[in-house]
Amino acid sequence: MTPPTNNEIWNVVSTQENEIMIQWLDQQAKSSRRTSAAEKQEVVRESREFMAALKAASEKGHGDDLSAPGWAPMRDLLTGLSARRARDGYSPAETASFVFSLKAPLFGAVQKEFSKDPIAALAALVQITNLIDKLGLFTMEAFQRTREDVISRQQQELMELSTPVVRLWENILALPLIGTLDSARTQVVMQNLLDAIVQTRSDFVIIDITGVPVVDTLVAQHLLKTVAAARLMGADCVISGIRPQIAQTIIHLGVDLSEVTTKATLADAFAVTLRRSGHAVVKTGAAAASNSK
Amino acid sequence: MGEFLLVSIQVDMHDRLALTLQDDLTEQIVRHRARGVLIDISALEMVDSFIGRMLGTIASMAHLLDAETVVVGMQPSVAITLVELGLSLKGIRTALDVEKGMATLREALLEKEVIGDAGS
Repeated sequence: MTPPTNNEIWNVVSTQENEIMIQWLDQQAKSSRRTSAAEKQEVVRESREFMAALKAASEKGHGDDLSAPGWAPMRDLLTGLSARRARDGYSPAETASFVFSLKAPLFGAVQKEFSKDPIAALAALVQITNLIDKLGLFTMEAFQRTREDVISRQQQELMELSTPVVRLWENILALPLIGTLDSARTQVVMQNLLDAIVQTRSDFVIIDITGVPVVDTLVAQHLLKTVAAARLMGADCVISGIRPQIAQTIIHLGVDLSEVTTKATLADAFAVTLRRSGHAVVKTGAAAASNSK
Repeated sequence: MGEFLLVSIQVDMHDRLALTLQDDLTEQIVRHRARGVLIDISALEMVDSFIGRMLGTIASMAHLLDAETVVVGMQPSVAITLVELGLSLKGIRTALDVEKGMATLREALLEKEVIGDAGS
């Protein structure tokens, strides 16, 4: 007997479709932790769509080349499904098992149909396995892409959040840097800082690097660039928060900080900028009553 | 402005215009016995190495004529570009705007008096 054609396989699927659906949904329910009614409904809907797309593509004889136009509806369905599940926090395995858990019911159906013809059964099983594997892998890749999008969007938001410019006094700004300083972040930092200098007409900027874990040649360059840019806008910079290890690293690297005032603590930097801008801090004898200035 | 000159650069500078500016400026410094020059570049959206060199030249010429220079009104995007390109405009004083520029000039002139014009 000749091995069954693609068409014949999918004819089998059609005739046993209901049985296959029931088994498939059962498998998915078993391996899923999510049991809310809304989620169950969603799964049933997605499964029906999947089956319809699968039948449509196979009946037309599109083989297992997923890049063919005949598979477009299936690709769209799987891309949408993976993206939704990635955003809803499903694991990669949970998402892929949507496709892979269809194998067992399909195998069962094929075995029933070709029980008298083991060679045909084997050929059918091989075809089905190939196709389901490809669909499963496609799902995984779509899932990955969505995850990567989420990560890069979060990185962007993190960058914006973590470069605040704080006004310490009339014309003294503070720029507390938290985290690493790469060239992308430096751009954001410089932009924010210069805009703040223009808005507040500040003469002094204290760049505090207590929260910068590593200072290598590149980071030092970025710092110096920021200082130079602030200078061009007429503001003087003081760098504070230099930890002992950082001080050692900077000297070993031979970075030239002779043009910049540096202080160990933000407090010292604040004191020096207050002095330079003509302010004096006076300790009055009065204890801190609730409405004293 | 008393003993200060204010130059406002509004248009793109090219060779001839830059030379004309330098001629005019040096003449004005001498004529008015100006002690300070403010160059306002707030209208410039881009400063390249040519303009950078021109600013440096003007500052040097003015210094020879016993006047100090300050460049004011640099836009943030211009500052970032200059820094990225490594054109730090070293030796050229800068200030945020005309008001701060004048304060800077006054300080610079005071310093000069205190130190005495030792071989300027």
